[in-house]
Amino acid sequence: MANNQQTYYVPEQSKWPIVATVGMLLTLYGVASIMVSGSQGESAQGAWIIFSIGSLVMVYMLFGWFGSVIRESRAGLYSDQMDRSFRWGMAWFIFSEVMFFAAFFGALFYARVFAVPWLGGEGDKGASAMLWEGFQATWPLINNPDPEAYPAPEGVIGAWGLPLVNTILLVTSSFTVTVAHHALKENNRKKVKIWLAATIVLALVFLGLQAEEYVHAYQDLNLTLQSGIYGSTFFMLTGFHGAHVILGTLILIVMFIRIQKGHFTGDNHFGFEAASWYWHFVDVVWLGLFVFVYVI
Amino acid sequence: MSAVADTHAQDHHHGPAKGITRWLLTTNHKDIGTMYLIFSFTMFLLGGSMAMVIRAELFQPGLQIVQPEFFNQMTTMHGLIMVFGAVMPAFVGLANWMLPLMVGAPDMALPRMNNWSFWLLPAAFLMLVSTLFMEGGAPNFGWTFYAPLSTTYGPPSTTFFIFAVHIMGISSIMGAINVIATILNLRAPGMTLMKMPMFVWTWLITAFLLIAVMPVLAGVVTMMLMDINFGTSFFDAAGGGDPVLFQHVFWFFGHPEVYIMILPAFGVVSHIIPAFARKPLFGYASMVYAVGAIALLSFVVWAHHMFTVGIPIFGQLFFMYATMLIAVPTGVKVFNWVATMFRGSMTFETPMLFSVAFVILFTIGGFSGLMLAIAPADFQYHDTYFVVAHFHYVLVPGAIFGIFAAAYYWLPKWTGTMYDETLGKTHFWLSFVGMNLAFFPMHFLGLAGMPRRIPDYALQFADFNMVSSIGAFMFGATQLLFLFIVVKCARGNGEKASAKPWDGAEGLEWTVPSPAPYHTFETPPEVK
Amino acid sequence: MHVHVKRAGALVAGLLLSAPALAEWTLNMSPGVTETSNQVYGLHMTILWICVAIGVVVFGVMFWSIFAHRKSKGHKPANFHENTVVEILWTIIPFAILVIMAIPATATLVDMYDSEEAEVEIKVTGYQWRWQYEYLDMQGNEDNEFGYFSNLATSRDEINNRMNKNENYLLDVDNPMVVPVGKRVRLLITANDVIHSWWVPAFSIKKDAIPGFINKVWFQVDEPGTYRGQCTELCGKDHGFMPVVVEAVPEEEYNQWAANQREAAEKERQLTEKDWTLDELVERGEGVYASYCAACHGDDGSGGGAFPSLRGTSVVTEDMDAHLDIVVNGVSGTAMQAFGGQLSEADLAAVITYERNAWGNNTEEMVTPKEIFDYKNQ
Repeated sequence: MANNQQTYYVPEQSKWPIVATVGMLLTLYGVASIMVSGSQGESAQGAWIIFSIGSLVMVYMLFGWFGSVIRESRAGLYSDQMDRSFRWGMAWFIFSEVMFFAAFFGALFYARVFAVPWLGGEGDKGASAMLWEGFQATWPLINNPDPEAYPAPEGVIGAWGLPLVNTILLVTSSFTVTVAHHALKENNRKKVKIWLAATIVLALVFLGLQAEEYVHAYQDLNLTLQSGIYGSTFFMLTGFHGAHVILGTLILIVMFIRIQKGHFTGDNHFGFEAASWYWHFVDVVWLGLFVFVYVI
Repeated sequence: MSAVADTHAQDHHHGPAKGITRWLLTTNHKDIGTMYLIFSFTMFLLGGSMAMVIRAELFQPGLQIVQPEFFNQMTTMHGLIMVFGAVMPAFVGLANWMLPLMVGAPDMALPRMNNWSFWLLPAAFLMLVSTLFMEGGAPNFGWTFYAPLSTTYGPPSTTFFIFAVHIMGISSIMGAINVIATILNLRAPGMTLMKMPMFVWTWLITAFLLIAVMPVLAGVVTMMLMDINFGTSFFDAAGGGDPVLFQHVFWFFGHPEVYIMILPAFGVVSHIIPAFARKPLFGYASMVYAVGAIALLSFVVWAHHMFTVGIPIFGQLFFMYATMLIAVPTGVKVFNWVATMFRGSMTFETPMLFSVAFVILFTIGGFSGLMLAIAPADFQYHDTYFVVAHFHYVLVPGAIFGIFAAAYYWLPKWTGTMYDETLGKTHFWLSFVGMNLAFFPMHFLGLAGMPRRIPDYALQFADFNMVSSIGAFMFGATQLLFLFIVVKCARGNGEKASAKPWDGAEGLEWTVPSPAPYHTFETPPEVK
Repeated sequence: MHVHVKRAGALVAGLLLSAPALAEWTLNMSPGVTETSNQVYGLHMTILWICVAIGVVVFGVMFWSIFAHRKSKGHKPANFHENTVVEILWTIIPFAILVIMAIPATATLVDMYDSEEAEVEIKVTGYQWRWQYEYLDMQGNEDNEFGYFSNLATSRDEINNRMNKNENYLLDVDNPMVVPVGKRVRLLITANDVIHSWWVPAFSIKKDAIPGFINKVWFQVDEPGTYRGQCTELCGKDHGFMPVVVEAVPEEEYNQWAANQREAAEKERQLTEKDWTLDELVERGEGVYASYCAACHGDDGSGGGAFPSLRGTSVVTEDMDAHLDIVVNGVSGTAMQAFGGQLSEADLAAVITYERNAWGNNTEEMVTPKEIFDYKNQ
């Protein structure tokens, strides 16, 4: 702001917002219809069509919108001030994601500290136990208050097997993406490619191991979404984290392609930086998960 | 400096596009602000007509007009539409219009995302309102949608409701990100944080609250979605969950949400009172700190909505004390407004009338809020009409009068035409009388023991209910007058407005002509 | 058109005439009849007067300014602003008032939370849309326990304006909760389906009934009388139609009443054991049908609207197990409730048998209370 040599770029009219709106409406209307007709035993064919059209529109929008931004950025239309707007935007977006996870962590803490002990007869609402004969409050919850409605898991995933490996993978990937970022600042593009590729490989291995863990949970342990509050919190937390890892990996892959194409310079690469912020965020959430879901 | 003008010459030195594409594709903060305001008023009328159905049914004891199932859909939709469709978008609309003008920015920081934030809202409400026509009816579990009434026992349309909430949430979060980026990054040179207008300050803090709590709302509706469709047991004791968990997460969002709906109104009033008292705001700095304190406290008071669910006593005491504490910064604000009026040179144009009514009636709502904070007494007030009276006192003469005040105050800037003062005053007085007639008797009803959300009531509540309904009809009908006033003004039918039509008004927005040109502050102004 | 005008006229006239009869214009909370409720009333009045006092001062200054410091009177604006001392003062003084207010509030709250040393213990369960009261034996002797449902006693005709509304419109039940005066009563409150809330204003007790959890409250009434309240948590369609009525009676009367209830409960248990004939079941079933089923399925089983007819429909003429399942467990996602927990085995057997043999459904099939008992416990 100190020097007004550059002006603030206000884009011309754009079709992307309205395309995005239509895409999102169709997608979510489709998803909702699929769920509702599923639960009512009706055919969901029409719903799938709506959902598919919506998703295609969303994909088209993502390419188009991000494409315009990249073109504008490379055309030098963005000032330093614009860059700061993007930074604020990305930072607060990540904060909103943190709060989303906070809701699920809150649910986990509440269930462990209050609900489950109360149902088992401890604490202020311990009288509730008279409604659930034979229920023992434990964590991990391997018996449920009503085992008929919610069959309990036979076991849970231990912390020191795959989850520990996954922790090492993700922490390492946070490190490798930082090395790549420093290399980009030094304009050492070969080094960027190597370390970014390493990050992507680590991410994919992480995802593979998570998938294996899920298969193990479902097939061998009967640990499912339906197996009571332990399964609910376990799968919602790790599941949403996994979804974010998938998104983060896609972003990193896009960055890799852009690097290949010769995008970014040593002092102008906010797209890359945002991707790396996002990746660090995903990593930090995992550390929270590892401690509170697996270890404790 | 010449570079500035040059680049803009290629980009922007033309007016708005013609036809519908102007509105669909716009990136202009004034267009988007206008669309938000129109959308909000439409929703206000829709939610208001639902309130009319409710008050018509409650006109007399017995079931006359609607059946209980539909009555519950009306209370639910009325609440959801007013909170998410009327009040919040109105403030975002005001923010869009005024923030760039107030901080001397050429537009919002992220103009395309701004347009998306807006257009998501009609999509979300299309989805929400469509549930009225679905099998099993619209959501019927109250705007607070407590589980398990909204999960295991909810109608099939609940899933659509959940996704509508998701879309609204995305819209709000992006809108808030835009506001923060604009305020933190696009202020004119020389405008330090402590020189920012109060409206800007209150919106900065509101945006922070939005980003902090809308994702939590998204989280809680996602848990509902999973409980309904995928067999999880977040809110089912049979699987180790707890229905009360829903309430904790919901109100962690819900209480800051309450302040989201009132803080920008605080900002508006903090401009209007000094302008019409012709005297500077008494304590600018303490007003800023008070808003900050209210926002921070709003994160640690949520369980005061749940005093009757049986939280352990230490929790109960903590939330009682924290809630009482909110009275302190709120009091500071009221005292400051009064001190601003004190020994001023006051005139009472429509914006000032709404603002003075705001201070008085919002304070009454604050008083009943303080009473509700006393946990043992809350056992008597909770979920009765006393609560209904309380939150309508903070939302109608609070949020909505704040919005009306802002609209009248800035209409000359938006349209270049003065609104009709006589009609404006008529609108105010009819609204004032109607609103008090509708909501004041609800205090008595609640204290006498009438629960909320019931379609029919015992005979001893009959008289006040009738009074309340008459007041509600009066208030509702009066809002059509507002529509007329605004349309008349927007068509240029009235006295031409000068750049600064209020002699006591301060701020950058009054340095540009009225109506404000399509593009303003392409060269940032210097603030001393 | 003319008829409508006439009707509207009659309505208005009726309203005007009836207004004085209905008029109560109650403005304030009642102090109630328990020590706790009196304390709460005291808190309420204290905080109310504090608010009024603050209001008088603040609005006083404001109205005086509005009156005296207006431009039309030629008042010139002063230019003072920012005064740290004043700001600190009007932060500290309200804070002090709040601290003073918090002390009695804390004391009352602590007292309300202490539900130990009760002499009567009742488990209260909220259902859509009725309350169940189960009197537990403090010594844990289950044979001494008994319970029953408490339903709205206001007729549909009153609600639908086909009949004059009586004095206790919507506040009357068939079986009220009965408690002895002068004894500490502890309630264990829970719910069977959604969240309800049990409220009696005169006792200053309002506690949510949470499915799967138990909340405890206590009260002690010293004055015999009938005390009325309502469910205060939105619980679905008939949320406005599930009142709470408590009768406080002298101890001897209470003991007599409890003895009668135990006897009745014992009879009920014997009914399950007893060998029933088809005719006996049908006769009993007719009454049960009238109070629990007819509201939706019609007096003659012909249904109406969304509610299916029971005349000749396969559910009640064919597979017995399916019929049992629907009545005992309800149909989720519909208005058909699970009656398994609400009706006794005898009543369930009777109503099912009745449905299979009434209105031309002459299946000649019956189900006995014992079979129902086995079905429920299988």
